[in-house]
Amino acid sequence: MIGFDDVQVGDELPVLHTKAISRTTLALFAGASGDHNPMHIDLDFAKNAGMDDVFAHGMLSVAYLGRLLTGWVAQTAIKKIDVRFTSITQLFAEISCSAIVKEKFERDGTKLVLLMIDAKDQSGDIKISGSAEIALK
Amino acid sequence: MLNTSDIGKVFPSVTAAIEKGRLRFFAKAIGETNPIYTDEAAAKDAGYASLPLPPSFFFSLKMDVPNPFENYEKVGAPLAKLLHANQAFVYHQSVIAGDSLTFESHIADIYNKKAGALEFLVEQTKVSNQRGQHVADMTTTLVVRN
Repeated sequence: MIGFDDVQVGDELPVLHTKAISRTTLALFAGASGDHNPMHIDLDFAKNAGMDDVFAHGMLSVAYLGRLLTGWVAQTAIKKIDVRFTSITQLFAEISCSAIVKEKFERDGTKLVLLMIDAKDQSGDIKISGSAEIALK
Repeated sequence: MLNTSDIGKVFPSVTAAIEKGRLRFFAKAIGETNPIYTDEAAAKDAGYASLPLPPSFFFSLKMDVPNPFENYEKVGAPLAKLLHANQAFVYHQSVIAGDSLTFESHIADIYNKKAGALEFLVEQTKVSNQRGQHVADMTTTLVVRN
């Protein structure tokens, strides 16, 4: 288990690479996540709304970022996740999730690590960026 | 069009039970292979009484109603124009399969940018479990592209 003293500002987490997002990915995620917005699964709806094609749920990449974090520490250590969706994630995107230690601090007796996190596609375009707070002992 | 007079508006609360099957489906959909999210024995070995709720799944449970977008449509944010701008989660206590969560949401802010071309709706949600414990908070910012 990773301890507070094992982590230094500037450390990077191992990058999480995910498979290309297919229509099947989006259909499964729609069902599992409960987000049935047709924009992500129905080409006709997307075209009527002025889009060229369906696009990925932003929350799919947030779930990938969740995997990055829970692959690093126990889930109970995660205290906060705060992200901004910077651009639409297209179909066939291959999302990579990264995190770097920005700050180490203490609040109310809890030792915390602030991570800057992001999700990029295979061209390096940032889809999501934000931060996470992790409590370590 | 959104209307700033809706700031403070309280949405109907949502209560949803956490089912193991649903969590396994979610794990499959996001490519999660850590067995603690699918195998109860592995979860117990890791110190959880049952399968833990993945960090972003709170957002999904809140959508466990017949039309999760109805609240937004009623205040002038139609689905076809809606995009997710920001999402934050603050975690207070761990949540596992078998728990039942209640989501109490209100509109915390409404504002616009680019002379109304982009309208923003900020929804704040308090999440409590079946014992009345405050387990998490969520802040969702949606943008309406006019």
